[in-house]
Amino acid sequence: MEFPGLINYWIVVVLMMTGFYIVIAHNNLVKKIVGLNIFQVSMFTFYITMGKVKGGTAPILAEGIAQYSNPLPHVLILTAIVVGVATTALGLALVVRIRDAYGTVEDDEIEAQENER
Amino acid sequence: MSLMAFMAVIGFAVARLRNLFGVVILTGIFSLTSAVLYVVLDAVDVAFTEAAVGAGIATVLMLGTLALTTSEEKTVSDNKPLLALLLVTVTGAALIYGTLDMPHYGDPTAPINNHVVPRYLADSAYEIGLPNVVTSVLASYRGYDTLGETFVIFTAAAGVLLIIGRPQRGRRRAHRDAQWDIEHGIRKNVILRVVSKLLLPMILLFALYVQWHGDFGPGGGFQAGVIFASGFILYALIFDVDLARAVVAPKVSRFFLALGVLLYGGVGVVSLLLGGNFLDYSVLAYVPTQGQHIGILLVELGVGITVAAAMITIFFTFASQER
Amino acid sequence: MEMLFDAVSWVLILVGSVFLVVGGIGVVRLPDVFTRMHGAGIIDTMGACAILIGLMVQAWFNIVTIKLVLIVVFIMFTSPTTTHALARAALGGGARPQVRESPEGADVGEGESPSKT
Repeated sequence: MEFPGLINYWIVVVLMMTGFYIVIAHNNLVKKIVGLNIFQVSMFTFYITMGKVKGGTAPILAEGIAQYSNPLPHVLILTAIVVGVATTALGLALVVRIRDAYGTVEDDEIEAQENER
Repeated sequence: MSLMAFMAVIGFAVARLRNLFGVVILTGIFSLTSAVLYVVLDAVDVAFTEAAVGAGIATVLMLGTLALTTSEEKTVSDNKPLLALLLVTVTGAALIYGTLDMPHYGDPTAPINNHVVPRYLADSAYEIGLPNVVTSVLASYRGYDTLGETFVIFTAAAGVLLIIGRPQRGRRRAHRDAQWDIEHGIRKNVILRVVSKLLLPMILLFALYVQWHGDFGPGGGFQAGVIFASGFILYALIFDVDLARAVVAPKVSRFFLALGVLLYGGVGVVSLLLGGNFLDYSVLAYVPTQGQHIGILLVELGVGITVAAAMITIFFTFASQER
Repeated sequence: MEMLFDAVSWVLILVGSVFLVVGGIGVVRLPDVFTRMHGAGIIDTMGACAILIGLMVQAWFNIVTIKLVLIVVFIMFTSPTTTHALARAALGGGARPQVRESPEGADVGEGESPSKT
């Protein structure tokens, strides 16, 4: 796509800010974790966009291909995706535990219960 | 790119939607769209992992959490939306200002493409000899990072077990008498049961194929582990959770969880004992490339075992909660 | 001969895309959960399979063709099952298909249950 070369990064920034907004402005804990997920995916897209080389192909060595895309961001993002799902799993386990302890997953209700003690 | 605009639209929809089930499904769609985007951007390994992990496991876990916390609707009491919007706008503006200096999209002369990557691409053919450069970088050139990541998955599974694990209440045998059959609908769900029984061997076979084929095409330990675990999760979803638990006992999954990490670290220690550095696979055989092949094979196997066991453990811990 | 194969695959991919669009419109515009399943089913079977068969014509006698055949087989297995599972879940969740009222106002409360097994 012959767009000006920076517009991909700007869309990534928009996505990042959407995820950020969900994390800080919504009260439900599960929704916050979803927002964190969106933030993470936008970060992965950022790295992968940086690694793409015009005219390159996937970094699998084959005959007759001159230009490869950068494999290093792929490696880092592979790690990051799996770490992201590990974090999500732990976060969701914490949400379940909080629900057991407080009876709710809304942030303000939990804070009210804490302030009553 | 239109795919990215699509993702931005889904992101906005997730922010505005209140029904949490819809939010979770939209997140799954978001992950799948990003996987398609990664294929367009030539990142096939990453796309594979994102599709398997993001659209598969994460959605299942979030749905499980929703089922446990029973919070379907959410009443929005946004008492500070303006402040959040202001903060988000300021941060976004700062980030966009920061991207003005970046190299343009797809630039081959960008610093990221000229630092150490040409060496990887050029030398990987005769130092390691595997077609998939991502696998060779992941398992051999950057093997430490992958070791740490395997530990992270192990820690996550251990953490989930610690936070919401319950002690075994004795063996709950699933009594398959007529009452159980009526309750659990052996007469219903015939289509689902038959099709899942047909598909399960294919799923496990595909996981093994992805595991070993990661040297030559997209694939490798992570994707294979996740697909393997999803076979068990499918079985648990359609049949009873207790039945699935009887297939993979908790002790077995915990054993394999540790076994994968032990395998990975063990390969490193063996190469230490054979005279090389930690995780230097060239000393594992007489011919260095052969040693690299053996090392990468064992290491990816360790990763696959740990990831599969971790996903199975996490899912079953979520699924066997009392409501 | 090459042009014939190209034309055939073009036609198939276009037909598949048309079915995808039609199915998408159906999912949005049809009135009821159960009627929307028809739209989703069209997307999976006709849309995806037509596009895949068009791709198979492109890669004529290659290992890629065998992989595409396997993909078609698996989609044919899983997509109707998914639709069935969704319909069953919707029925269990309380959705009932909208039935047009009969002229004499007889009892038209619930439609036929989709599966009698």
